[in-house]
Amino acid sequence: MINIYQVAYKNLLRKKTRSMLTVLGIALSAWVLVSLFGFNNGYEQSLNHDIDNLGYQLLVTAKGCPYEAATLMLKGGTGLRYLKEELITEINKNQEVEKITPMLMQVVLDPNKGESGGLTAYLGIDAATYPGMKTFLKFQAGNWFTPSASNEVVMGYEAAELEQREVGDIYLIPEKNLELKVVGVLKRTGTQDDGTIFVPIKTLQQVFGKTGQVTGLGIKVSKNADLVRFEDKMYNLPDVQVVSMVQVKQTILNLVGTAKVMVLSIAIIAIVIALLGVINTVLMSVFERYQEIGILKSIGAMPLDIFKMVWTETLILCAIGSLVGIGLAMILAQISDLLIRRIIPYAPAGMLVQVDFSLILFTLLVMIAIGLLGGIYPAWRAASIRPLEAIRSEGE
Amino acid sequence: MAIIKAKELIKEYVRGAETVRAIDNVTLVVEPGDFLVIHGASGSGKSTLLNLLGCLDNPDFGEISINDQAIFKKGTKLSESVLTKIRRENFGYIFQKFYLIPTLTVFENVVLPGVFYCKDCREKVIERSKQLLSDLGLSKRQDHFPGEISGGEMQRVGIARALVNNPALLLADEPTGNLDSKRSNEIGEILTKLNREAGKTIIMVTHNQDLAKLASRKIELSDGKII
Repeated sequence: MINIYQVAYKNLLRKKTRSMLTVLGIALSAWVLVSLFGFNNGYEQSLNHDIDNLGYQLLVTAKGCPYEAATLMLKGGTGLRYLKEELITEINKNQEVEKITPMLMQVVLDPNKGESGGLTAYLGIDAATYPGMKTFLKFQAGNWFTPSASNEVVMGYEAAELEQREVGDIYLIPEKNLELKVVGVLKRTGTQDDGTIFVPIKTLQQVFGKTGQVTGLGIKVSKNADLVRFEDKMYNLPDVQVVSMVQVKQTILNLVGTAKVMVLSIAIIAIVIALLGVINTVLMSVFERYQEIGILKSIGAMPLDIFKMVWTETLILCAIGSLVGIGLAMILAQISDLLIRRIIPYAPAGMLVQVDFSLILFTLLVMIAIGLLGGIYPAWRAASIRPLEAIRSEGE
Repeated sequence: MAIIKAKELIKEYVRGAETVRAIDNVTLVVEPGDFLVIHGASGSGKSTLLNLLGCLDNPDFGEISINDQAIFKKGTKLSESVLTKIRRENFGYIFQKFYLIPTLTVFENVVLPGVFYCKDCREKVIERSKQLLSDLGLSKRQDHFPGEISGGEMQRVGIARALVNNPALLLADEPTGNLDSKRSNEIGEILTKLNREAGKTIIMVTHNQDLAKLASRKIELSDGKII
């Protein structure tokens, strides 16, 4: 036997186009909501992943713009000023230091890259200390170069794919005409290491005329050390800037916060529009069925029955709309990812929009709550219809 | 025991600056098994009286009791929920314009009052609906939608719907007003059968003289008064 909920569902089928447009409006709101919160989760996770995979908590660089330092180091960029390598000895005197590794970033214009050439970044590292900090880096083939090696290179997963190199191949640094032997290719990490070409730091210093100079010193602090006190100590060193990875994360999150506020505003507007759409659709439907609702009451429907029936209509619209929107968000997550990458100042590697079960449930609940809220007024109006008014319209 | 007792009923409407007395001091007793026809000119108050007797409206003055239970006492106003409870326990309504739900099938339209009232006796409602559709010659139409059947069939569906909760009293407001004479006669026969064989009490408002002839009692209204 039919029940009130089926009657509600069949009511929505009367004006299919109107119901579909309302569902579409709700779906778009749900899509925006899922993408926004998915971005909220995904961005922070990706950023944490990137920062954790740096392997060090503090980065010592030459004095300059802290934002530049933060974003360039995360992106594996260059353009930074140089520090003297002997600073390592001084920093190492501190008890808090567990490990320290020098890094030198250099960039070369490769005329054979892309249509009009492209930049290739090299990271000079110390084979004795760097691998110990980045223990999570695994090799697809080969291994790190030995500390004494000079003309060897290790390639990140994407760099090796782009350059089409395997272990044992020769790699040439453009402009410098230096041939290096590929001794290792890393597995994919989902971080900027994938695109990096690792070269022994001494070789890079020599080739680029930067002997005794580095662009940064990565410091891993011992477990029980007071990080804040140690940072203060580092600041006392001349011409040095200390970037804590916690600070970097906060700085980037602050920058991205503006974009988030913008997207949140759009989401709220979309939700309000969807809510008004639901109220409009259901209220119109109530007014169109004015007589019919009166008759339902005259044949035995209590005001609560009518309220439930109309409320169910909004619930169905919102539930279908939310499911469609969530589906869209999941299918189009890649496109959302690309769009977001274009508008935010720094995008970490990995998926920026991450849709998980709890987010799906949350969105569904939010949209249904909105639907229930939006349905109160039309349902109340319908429940208040007096059967006599409907019957009177028959005339005497 | 009278099924309905109405005493000194008065109902007034305000139209602009004017107050119109639609029902003026009407006293009426409806006995079980009556087939009462209310007739009169347009605007004489027939439908208003039917609405008061059927608890679709509160009288301004006067008393109404159903099965000796006082429903309206001097000036009391009952809430919509209370009126609904009284209506669904006692009355079945038949309308001139049928008012079937277009998105529901004939069978679903008939079971609808049972959906609202008889929530714990679904099987009974289904069985009764099928029986009513069969009795009214609509078994083959039960899966059709109202838009797919004729006016006469729609009114028969309306009668089945009015009977599904097995009310003691049927209230019909111009039940043949939208039908041709052949279909009107069919509906008349059905109502007579319901009154004589099933013992249903019927109160009917009609302009149709042929239909009025079927009644066991007639009252005529003029300016809200029984003449």
